[in-house]
Amino acid sequence: MLSRTADHLYWMSRYIERAESLARLVDAHYRMSLLPHSADALAESLSATMTALHMEDAYRARFDAIEPRAVFEFVSLDRDYSGSIFSCLRAARENARAVRGSLTSELWVTLNSTWLDARSLAARRSPNADIGSFVEWVKERSHLIRGVSIGTMLRDEAFHFTRIGTFLERSDSTARILTAHQSDLVPGADASVVPDPYQWSVLLRALSAFEVYRRVYRDVITPVKVAQLLILRDDMPRSLLRCCKEVYSNIKSVSNEHSAETERRAGEMHAMLHFTRMEDIAATGLPTFLEQFLSRVRDLGDRIASDFLVPPAEA
Amino acid sequence: MSSSPYNEMDSDGGRSRTHYLRYAEWLAAQSSDRLAQKRAEADAVFHRVGITFAVYGQEEGAERLIPFDIVPRIVPLEEWIRLESGLKQRVRALNAFIHDIYHEQQILKAGVIPAEQVLCNSQYRPEMQGVDVPGGIYAHIAGIDIVRDDAGEFRVLEDNLRVPSGVSYMLENRKMMMRLFPELFSVHRIAPIDHYPDVLLDNLRSVAPTGVADPTVVLLTAGAHNSAYFEHAFLAQQMGIELVEGQDLFVRDEAVFMRTTQGPQRVDVIYRRIDDDFLDPLVFRPDSMLGVPGLLTAYRAGRITIANAIGTGVADDKSIYPYVPDMIKFYLGQSAIIGNVHTWMLRRPDDREYVLAHLPELVVKEVHGAGGYGMLIGPAASKAEIEAFRHQIIATPERYIAQPTLALSTCPTFTDRGIIPRHIDLRPFVLSGRDVTIVPGGLTRVALREGSLVVNSSQGGGTKDTWVLET
Repeated sequence: MLSRTADHLYWMSRYIERAESLARLVDAHYRMSLLPHSADALAESLSATMTALHMEDAYRARFDAIEPRAVFEFVSLDRDYSGSIFSCLRAARENARAVRGSLTSELWVTLNSTWLDARSLAARRSPNADIGSFVEWVKERSHLIRGVSIGTMLRDEAFHFTRIGTFLERSDSTARILTAHQSDLVPGADASVVPDPYQWSVLLRALSAFEVYRRVYRDVITPVKVAQLLILRDDMPRSLLRCCKEVYSNIKSVSNEHSAETERRAGEMHAMLHFTRMEDIAATGLPTFLEQFLSRVRDLGDRIASDFLVPPAEA
Repeated sequence: MSSSPYNEMDSDGGRSRTHYLRYAEWLAAQSSDRLAQKRAEADAVFHRVGITFAVYGQEEGAERLIPFDIVPRIVPLEEWIRLESGLKQRVRALNAFIHDIYHEQQILKAGVIPAEQVLCNSQYRPEMQGVDVPGGIYAHIAGIDIVRDDAGEFRVLEDNLRVPSGVSYMLENRKMMMRLFPELFSVHRIAPIDHYPDVLLDNLRSVAPTGVADPTVVLLTAGAHNSAYFEHAFLAQQMGIELVEGQDLFVRDEAVFMRTTQGPQRVDVIYRRIDDDFLDPLVFRPDSMLGVPGLLTAYRAGRITIANAIGTGVADDKSIYPYVPDMIKFYLGQSAIIGNVHTWMLRRPDDREYVLAHLPELVVKEVHGAGGYGMLIGPAASKAEIEAFRHQIIATPERYIAQPTLALSTCPTFTDRGIIPRHIDLRPFVLSGRDVTIVPGGLTRVALREGSLVVNSSQGGGTKDTWVLET
């Protein structure tokens, strides 16, 4: 397929996944804001999250203090901030429109109507707009778009590039959410420090892991188990290991004559997570581990771009 | 306007014409609320599906619908048969003309058309002189604009042989009508049109460079910001071919390749939807970012087919239009089945004198204008507008032609004030490859403003579904 088409498909699904991740984070913090006595913990968590997502500077340029309501509005609906959910939905739709002929009609219509609805929701928004139901809606649309692509797309290169976009973005997002909460997660942390229960619920809910945790461990929530679930569980759909596994298998399906090294690095990343134990992560230190992971994700993204999406000029 | 326009649905006595009887009966039974609700449904679906055109120079999201009218234009079979044979005849002659112009120029030598009319025309491409194209076909896709005059006679108003657009609306309008009013399709035998993309692809493959067994066809677009982008994406998807931009293609060793995830892949046929001027920055406009450097070299070497060919504009120019009936006689030895609209050429002193004396009654068009721009509609123009045109005509008469103000036929149209006749035209799409093919009907355009004769979408025109009845 055309490199440019692959590029648009890849970014289309990255932006949808990014919109969903942001919606999950806003949702988790929004729920937290409804609980009593959590103002400090909420502000702290919002601040850490915005730092991990590199959103803080853009926010501070507009607002003086971390005020939950302002953060929710900014991250969800700000038209001018390129990192907002609204902007992600617009970018996803622009990418889709550029290659609408390569999408199934069902997928295109779903993406297009998501954008049209987002636009009218943003235009109609009242000062007390219900942020909770907006982010809920974004999650639903993202689920729908993913479902429609899985349910209607031919399993060809186009499909694999959308999957690569989805899982590379998701691995990036999970790693950043973990980064924001790394102080609560340091394996083997002093047992006398009781982690803040609000922080746990934010982290787990943002990754659809709250119910999963109970189901998997049937136990009280402990830092090591949370980290294990979100980093090393192969069956946890948003864990780092799971994302790397998907990225690797989809890259293998689109390999070309230049892509051997990219495949090797994706495979190495997957193998590294597959054979790593929590003790190893503790030895490296979680912050360092996450930092290294994020830089490998970046490297892989660059390599995918130069091998497949934006090949160096020929002729 | 001397007499009243031909009404497609009702005869002069006010009774429905035979081919409209069933429809009229159905229409009479519909409440205007239901019709209004159906029209709103159509708009909602067109928005969702993104059947829109981009509006130039406006901000994000400036995508408009071309208004769709729910009352179909119906053409009885016997009229269609005549139209079809006339269209095929005309397009055959036009292709023969373009071939001749870029080879022996017999028609010029025979004095049928003055040589300077052709060779000094800005649409004449000397780069094409002596270049052989597969099958001798230049205008693979032709959109011929047909109107019906007050006597009920079909006439050709304009030939579009460069990058005619609108066929996606023809196809989507039919889908929409089937969705909105399925009951109408069970009581009418309406000739199907949805095989258009198959016929188009088959035609494009049939004109691949010689020796290519399984040609790769691509559609070249200017990109998502082009006003006709929806149509480009739609046709590429329907034909299952790649939708490419200039940056996706490159030329190496006189062959054209596209950049794919699996490396360079050879391209054999380009269905281009950008103008000649932008195709190859090395030959035409050097500032074009839309084209492919070196494309013309590959083309002249016969390694790639471009559809429509480069240089077809020499045949659809308004200054050449008056000669088409002569071309038909010259190349085919036949008289034209569908006539032209009478045209005065203002470079001729006699014609000029007449036109300048009758400007308030006439339509004056710029020879190179398109899309309803650069024209004067005498009866609708102010004195100042007429005087402004008069000065322009006297200064550069060769840039203008004039035609009588036609009483374009009307078709009932659903408006906010009920069902009211509005002026229409018809653009059938004529495909030339191994053979000449037309899917029955075409795109009916309607001037939605009361009394307006301008059907172009850029000037407030809408579209209708067009039914050719099989019985």
